[in-house]
Amino acid sequence: MATTSPRNKAPAKQSWYKRNEIAITPWLFLMPAILMFTLYVVFPIFQSFQISLFKWDGLGSLNTHGKYVGLDNYEKLLTRDRSFNTSLWNNLKWLIFYLAAIPAGLCIALFLNQTVRGIRLYKSLFFFPFVISQIVVGLFFTWFYDPQYGLFNGIIGFIGFEPINVLGDPNLATYGIIAAGLWPQTAFCMILYLTGLNSVDPEQIEAARLDGAKGLKMLWFVILPQLRPATFIAFVVTVIGSLRSFDLIAIMTNGGPFGSTRVLSFYMFEKSLSEYGFKMGYGAAIAVILFLIMMVFIGYFLWKTYQDEKTTNQ
Amino acid sequence: MFPKPIEKSSRAWQLGYQALLPLAMLLWLTPLLAVALFSIRPDADFITGNYWGWPSSFEMIKNYSMVFTSAMPRYILNSFLITIPTVIGALMLSCMTGFALGVYKFRGNLLIFFMFIAGNFVPFQILMVPVRDLTLDMGLYNTKTGLVLFHIAFQTGFCTLFMRNFIKALPFELIEAARVEGIAEWRIFWYVVLPLMKPAIAALSVLIFTFIWNDYFWAIVLTQGENSQPVTAGITSFNAQYRAMYHLMSAGSIIAALPPVLMFFLMQKHFIAGLTLGAVK
Repeated sequence: MATTSPRNKAPAKQSWYKRNEIAITPWLFLMPAILMFTLYVVFPIFQSFQISLFKWDGLGSLNTHGKYVGLDNYEKLLTRDRSFNTSLWNNLKWLIFYLAAIPAGLCIALFLNQTVRGIRLYKSLFFFPFVISQIVVGLFFTWFYDPQYGLFNGIIGFIGFEPINVLGDPNLATYGIIAAGLWPQTAFCMILYLTGLNSVDPEQIEAARLDGAKGLKMLWFVILPQLRPATFIAFVVTVIGSLRSFDLIAIMTNGGPFGSTRVLSFYMFEKSLSEYGFKMGYGAAIAVILFLIMMVFIGYFLWKTYQDEKTTNQ
Repeated sequence: MFPKPIEKSSRAWQLGYQALLPLAMLLWLTPLLAVALFSIRPDADFITGNYWGWPSSFEMIKNYSMVFTSAMPRYILNSFLITIPTVIGALMLSCMTGFALGVYKFRGNLLIFFMFIAGNFVPFQILMVPVRDLTLDMGLYNTKTGLVLFHIAFQTGFCTLFMRNFIKALPFELIEAARVEGIAEWRIFWYVVLPLMKPAIAALSVLIFTFIWNDYFWAIVLTQGENSQPVTAGITSFNAQYRAMYHLMSAGSIIAALPPVLMFFLMQKHFIAGLTLGAVK
């Protein structure tokens, strides 16, 4: 205050802003987004941690109607809840089989990376499933698997097999849903690889050709290393997508038959907001566990980004 | 180019490839084509068990107009009223954050950037109970506004990641030159940076449009019923209403999927740029 000129207030204030403009501007620009993001994303994460320590039906406020139970919810989940076990195993199945989208996407990308007439249209038609909502994809595949009129059984019946009720069989249903999920996910990986293939260095390929590399050898030693950024993104997005899977399960089996297709995200939803009663505390504990699993991959992504930042800023 | 361009191989290979393309595509789109075929069948075909044969008559107009006399148009309108404000809001916020994080060097820059990235990847479920509570407390439960506000906040994470990387790749000399001229920082944003961000804005708006249109989880957590639910949630009640009437259910789901599909085909270049530019350079 003492340093600014005492003549009148307005110009003094302006000059203070002017002098610190570069320091203040970014914060002014960040303010609205940080406020909203904190309110809707950052805060709720901590609140969920808190809620998971309570027994609470979601009515009234947590402090007056909730009952503090410490780590009881977690103890029950990890030791006495068989549905939780099933969900966790299914999450693991999703994680592993969903990764098939990456090689499948690469194969399609290699198949389509040509310059014949109409190839652009083919590329977009192959990408098409990614644009459709998972709900509609789920409906498509539910009808596709239908034991009575579904095309799937039409085909295997044609080859001479007995009809299979894929989504009605506790041992098969999860795989049936994962297959449905692979359809859009493969399309996504394909487009990443198509873009990646576009920017592969042609001189390196020529050089490798002169050295006699071709086919799979070329792919493995020359092409794939250059596609690493695409593979990285495909990996991160696929893993996170697999842990987030909810829509397909909700629409195709609603967790059934006999709860055999539940995953953590679905089980959490079911516990917190379904006809079986609102067990918010228990649900929050499931969400926290899912979050911690996910944090491993998020951490990996952030670490990689941080390494990139360090190298580009040097 | 890898694999080897097909023009350089023998004539037989070329013809084989040309023939394989449409076959592979048909195979790939089988689930979709099957539903499309259902949606133009008369209901009589389902009674007689003619699922995969030639339709006994083509009822495309009848089936699709039935969809339009149901609650479906209402749900589709809701979807637009949710999706468009979200796209605008998220883009406004993320242009600003992208500018702040991409142009300025200050303590905490990377930390805030990482907060946005990490937030964008968290499982929805950990946000579900608190966000539902918050929306209830604000009196916005079961309103489109409640849904839009959440979507804007959440999408800002992804959009910031994208915008910040885009702005970081712009030539910094432009901004320095403007500063030397003594132009105010907000004017640099408005007159120098924003015009250069048009491709990023186009790409992100198509992408966010698709993401939000296809959202199902938050639609069922934060809304109920015809007045506010978008089409992804509406399709389930539509199907409950026309249970076992597969020709109508198929037509309904095709219509529900249509807007993002049209968007994609009209703005394909931007869409793919959006999907890959943030990731693969």
